[in-house]
Amino acid sequence: MKIEIDVNNTVHEVVIEPNTLLVTVLRENLHLTGAHVGCDTSQCGACTVHLDGRAVKSCAVLAVQVADAKVVTIEGIGEVDNLHPMQTAFREHHALQCGFCTPGMIMQAIDLVTHEDNLDREKIRQGLEGNLCRCTGYHNIVSAIESVVDKT
Amino acid sequence: MYSFDYHKPTALDQALDLFKGADDPIFLAGGMTLIPTMKQRLAAPTDVIDLSGLDVLKGIALSEAGLSIGALTTHNEVATHPLIKLHLPVLAQLAATIGDNQVRNRGTIGGSIANSDPAADYPAALIGLGGTVVTQSRSIAGDDFFLDLFETALHPCELITRIEFPLPDRAAYAKFRNQASGYAVVGALVADFQGKIRVGITGAGPCACRAIGIENELMKDLSVDVLDHVEVPDAGFNSDIHASAEYRAHLVKVLTKRALTQLLSQKNAS
Repeated sequence: MKIEIDVNNTVHEVVIEPNTLLVTVLRENLHLTGAHVGCDTSQCGACTVHLDGRAVKSCAVLAVQVADAKVVTIEGIGEVDNLHPMQTAFREHHALQCGFCTPGMIMQAIDLVTHEDNLDREKIRQGLEGNLCRCTGYHNIVSAIESVVDKT
Repeated sequence: MYSFDYHKPTALDQALDLFKGADDPIFLAGGMTLIPTMKQRLAAPTDVIDLSGLDVLKGIALSEAGLSIGALTTHNEVATHPLIKLHLPVLAQLAATIGDNQVRNRGTIGGSIANSDPAADYPAALIGLGGTVVTQSRSIAGDDFFLDLFETALHPCELITRIEFPLPDRAAYAKFRNQASGYAVVGALVADFQGKIRVGITGAGPCACRAIGIENELMKDLSVDVLDHVEVPDAGFNSDIHASAEYRAHLVKVLTKRALTQLLSQKNAS
């Protein structure tokens, strides 16, 4: 079926089967490979994108479900020479090693600081429950997010 | 995932007609259980009927009878809605413990209750608060709703439209959380309606249930100590890699105590 999908403020027309996942359309039709497929069982959060402003796992959403929605991916939040403050914070705090989980971490972190009040380190850790990182032990990720909270 | 036909009706009647006209249809709410299940090919519906266009399943309203919550309300909406935080804070707190943030942004109260997962949180609230499930054709008392593992009183073409909760004087929920999934190994919701105590348990058996023996003891003496003398038999409880039936029976008591301790620390609203 043919659907229109608004990704990073651009409307794309794609022809897909109904059983196509959002993450598949992002990566294979639109070549936005920032959202990663880490587990494919909705555990790891590497595929996290924003759907109407809220973080969701794009491997657990059908592409046809988002025909009326606005999708924002890691590619849509900043430019190489004009990073999103959360991207800058991750860089400054060395909040990544291999980087595989980073797009999902950043998209979830933005949801967290936008929608949660009184974030402290403990609440940030809880807020990252849906995102797995196998390298960092989370310490620097929490520090990066905390620095953004402190600035806002 | 097997192939299927996708439909997105904009009216309740249209959704029901689509369901009746299909071979092996299924309703899609938030999809946080259904889509992973379909990906694993554990479900293979011929037709997926997306409910997200049905405004009649949305919205939260307060009346004298209590709070009425639309079936499509997400867990994060329940956790943060001002009416729920003010009048039924236990439900907001419970919703905030479901899964992870991304799941709470998509998963819905109606979907969770219709699924009757033995380890889901909302069933403890439906039972413990004595809520009512409203469908397009009738109201079903929470006590009569959960029948077995993933089995409810819903007919095949019956759709939950709203969940209604009476407002207790005070209530509290405690759960022992599976560290990986966030599901309740066991969860206990204790509610006080002017001295009438209800205890809803999830996670222990094949579906959520009331702990009538514990309720009777607490109505005689609303204290944590009284639970020391209550026997919780483990017959019929689940036994799996997460916990044995015996351990779950132990957790029923421990978590009821924790919920009761929280409840007793609240000011009585009546």
